[in-house]
Amino acid sequence: MMAEGIFIYLAAAIVILSVLVITRSNPVHSMITMLVLFFHIAALYVTLNAEFLAAIQVIVYAGAILVLFLFVVLLLNLKEEMVARRYIGPWPLGVLAALGLLVVIVLSLKSFIPGPSGVFTTEVVRAETNTKVLGQILFTEYLYPFEVVSMILLVAIIGAIVLAKKRLRN
Amino acid sequence: MDNYLLIPFLPLAAFFVNILFGKTLIRDKSHWVSLFAVVCSWVIAVMTLFEVIGGRTVNRDLYTWIVSGDFRVSVGFLIDQLTAVMLIVVTTVSSLVHIYSIGYMHGDKGYYRFFAYLSLFTFSMLMLVMANNFLQLYFGWEAVGLCSYFLIGFWYEKKSASDAGKKAFIVNRFGDFGFGLGVIMIFLTFGTLHYAPVFGSVNGIVGKTVDFLGLQVDLPTLIALLLFCGAVGKSAQLPLHVWLPDAMEGPTPVSALIHAATMVTAGVFLVARCNPIFVLSPPAMNVVALVGAVTALFAGTIALVQNDIKRIVAYSTVSQLGYMFLACGVGAFSAGIFHLYTHAFFKALLFLGAGSVMHAMAGELDIQKMGGLKKHMPLTYWTFLLASLSISGVPGFAGFFSKDEILWRAYASGPLGHLLYAIGALTALLTAFYSFRIIFVAFHGKFRGTHEQEHHLHESPKIMTVPLLILAAGALAAGWVGIPPLLGGGEHFAEFLAPVVGHAKGEGTHAEEWATMITAVILGLGGIAAAAFVYLRKSTLADTVAGRFSFIYRLLWNKYYVDELYDTIIVRPTFWVAKNVIVGVTDGKIIEGIVNGVPRFIGTLSSWLRNIQTGMVHQYAAVMALGAFVVIAIVLFW
Amino acid sequence: MVPLHWYLLLSSAVFVVGVAGFLTRRNIIIMFMSIELMLNAVNISLVSFSRYLSDMRGQVLVFFVIAVAAAEAAIGLAIIIALFRNKATAHVDEANEMKG
Repeated sequence: MMAEGIFIYLAAAIVILSVLVITRSNPVHSMITMLVLFFHIAALYVTLNAEFLAAIQVIVYAGAILVLFLFVVLLLNLKEEMVARRYIGPWPLGVLAALGLLVVIVLSLKSFIPGPSGVFTTEVVRAETNTKVLGQILFTEYLYPFEVVSMILLVAIIGAIVLAKKRLRN
Repeated sequence: MDNYLLIPFLPLAAFFVNILFGKTLIRDKSHWVSLFAVVCSWVIAVMTLFEVIGGRTVNRDLYTWIVSGDFRVSVGFLIDQLTAVMLIVVTTVSSLVHIYSIGYMHGDKGYYRFFAYLSLFTFSMLMLVMANNFLQLYFGWEAVGLCSYFLIGFWYEKKSASDAGKKAFIVNRFGDFGFGLGVIMIFLTFGTLHYAPVFGSVNGIVGKTVDFLGLQVDLPTLIALLLFCGAVGKSAQLPLHVWLPDAMEGPTPVSALIHAATMVTAGVFLVARCNPIFVLSPPAMNVVALVGAVTALFAGTIALVQNDIKRIVAYSTVSQLGYMFLACGVGAFSAGIFHLYTHAFFKALLFLGAGSVMHAMAGELDIQKMGGLKKHMPLTYWTFLLASLSISGVPGFAGFFSKDEILWRAYASGPLGHLLYAIGALTALLTAFYSFRIIFVAFHGKFRGTHEQEHHLHESPKIMTVPLLILAAGALAAGWVGIPPLLGGGEHFAEFLAPVVGHAKGEGTHAEEWATMITAVILGLGGIAAAAFVYLRKSTLADTVAGRFSFIYRLLWNKYYVDELYDTIIVRPTFWVAKNVIVGVTDGKIIEGIVNGVPRFIGTLSSWLRNIQTGMVHQYAAVMALGAFVVIAIVLFW
Repeated sequence: MVPLHWYLLLSSAVFVVGVAGFLTRRNIIIMFMSIELMLNAVNISLVSFSRYLSDMRGQVLVFFVIAVAAAEAAIGLAIIIALFRNKATAHVDEANEMKG
């Protein structure tokens, strides 16, 4: 009963916070809401026995990506932003499309069939600790994708510098 | 013998080296590459000749070139007596022409290109003569034609030169079309293109007929005549002779090598090589002999009145090639090849001599503007005289033996042979006359050119005169390998070739043989005497005769109007069709309609479709969401 | 024990909120945040799959998604700066250079 209670609280908070994120007119408010949202998602991960990902969620998303967003927001003219139109003209159409998508996704959940279970049951993970198990798989089976991801990050760093750099005159 | 592969492939390697590095690296040293290759080929060819004399022949496939169903062609080499003779002719003349060109082409801006083409030509010609199947022969045949085109149009900035190159190429198309059909017929008949099985089973087709354009045609005759079509084109026989005189636009060494000694004789080689097919068809043989005889006389008469020194020699070449076909046509293939072999020496010599004269005269070709060159360029004069004596059939010289052999074989071949003999003997008279006309008009008498030209006159450098001397030795002595038994010789040449081309048929008494020989010699000497009388004693006589028979003179001067005839019946209608049908209808309406219509349609469609591309991110995103919706819906509810 | 379907429903709901935000907002930064929302929605379902199927591979995938999201955010924000510098706006409906 306890687990369901926690889940219901987290789920309700996550959905409400998401809606708030996309409806605030002040981007800084959206940002703060999103920070809270990310903490809730991290808590959800903890209930799912994914402690390492919960930490990552806080450190990378809340700590790094959101700060990056915040920097950019500070470049904007917030006063003007507050009075400007929030939504595009035909916004009801967008909402309609999203709701249509929700309907088909929820309908498709009915036909979900779980696949065969793996070896990493809660007990195994608990004995080995989540981080250790994740690292074992990451650096053996997923070593090559891991290296590729590091390259992607490098490319992103260089690309961001090139894009954001001021053009030198001549 | 085992290194015979080097004979064609050394010149090929030289071609690649020169064409790749000639422009930038080798430049004015490029003759070393080509000369080295061709001289090595010559040495190996001589070694090969001795091995063939020793009785060893080669017929070997190198590798399989094409396999398609029953169709199987290899690259292979056949070296027998006939090939050995051709190898010697080609590599010898080619080597000498290479040496001569070092002097003649000196300072030309296409120097490396010239030697590259010479090497490529040598390779192609050697592939042609060394082939052991018809497709490789055809390959060499077309490759020499291509090189001929390159070299005739070597000075392509000159419109007349590039036109002459095109003319040679296009006229040869007519003959090669027939040749190609002949090769196809051989494959359809025998199921193979290799010489050995074709010639081995050739007797099986005697009397068979084939449906050709609705007519029942004798199969051996059809094949022989189709092959002969190719020979007519390549060897400039009537009616496809028109390209050869124009080909003189090329550099003179090229005229000597390609348009006198080697490529144009490929037709004779083809007929001799295919003799097992030709001998099966008396009608085809008669056609060959008659075409040869008529061409010999026809070209000889034109040569009488021309003034361009190279064109005279070119018509002389056409005429002598006619002799060779005449010999083949009466079954005396070895006599034809014998004349091919001696002709290579004295005709190459005549051309190189003419080149030497041009060199001294700063490119002047008109013999009427020369005169008295004898004292300025003695070496050229004496070698030219020797070649002229040889071509006129003066006893003892190379040309005498081969021409005598042909005329005697023609006479001995039967009733038609008497007529052929008469034409041949008359042509011998003409040959002697026009050859010595050059000598007397250009080398004797007083100089008639401009003052600067006279001041400029000089003997050519050693690099050009040494090949002349070597060829002169050939023009004198090359015939001694084929002295007839009548004069105490052994007819070694004919005996040597007998395994490939057989013995000539026809019998005659010694008295007849003496009579034909003496008549021909008297006619030849008469021609020389007549030329001497007309051009040395009575220099006005030539103009008087030309005035008296002005119709004939103009007919000959205009080469029987053959070019004009072709212009009217072929060139003009072709242009008319090209202009009115191709440009006007097919190209202008149909093809351009399609070509322009398709993009116009696409343009219209896309200018309508591009309205979708609004540049608004939201629309794209909405379409994506819609797409996801549709895909999931289809998966769910299908 | 919470059923797997609840997690999946939550995931769908967050995803659709993200889609709606992306389709309706003019501000490009909010649109970016909507993309992050959608990524997080997917992450939630991946982690719950991992838990319910006793397979760590779902969590590895989430790890990669977070890394790629970081890269994507860096590039995307650089593009926003470039846009802002050239057009002096953060509203996507004011930029339609790609119009055909």
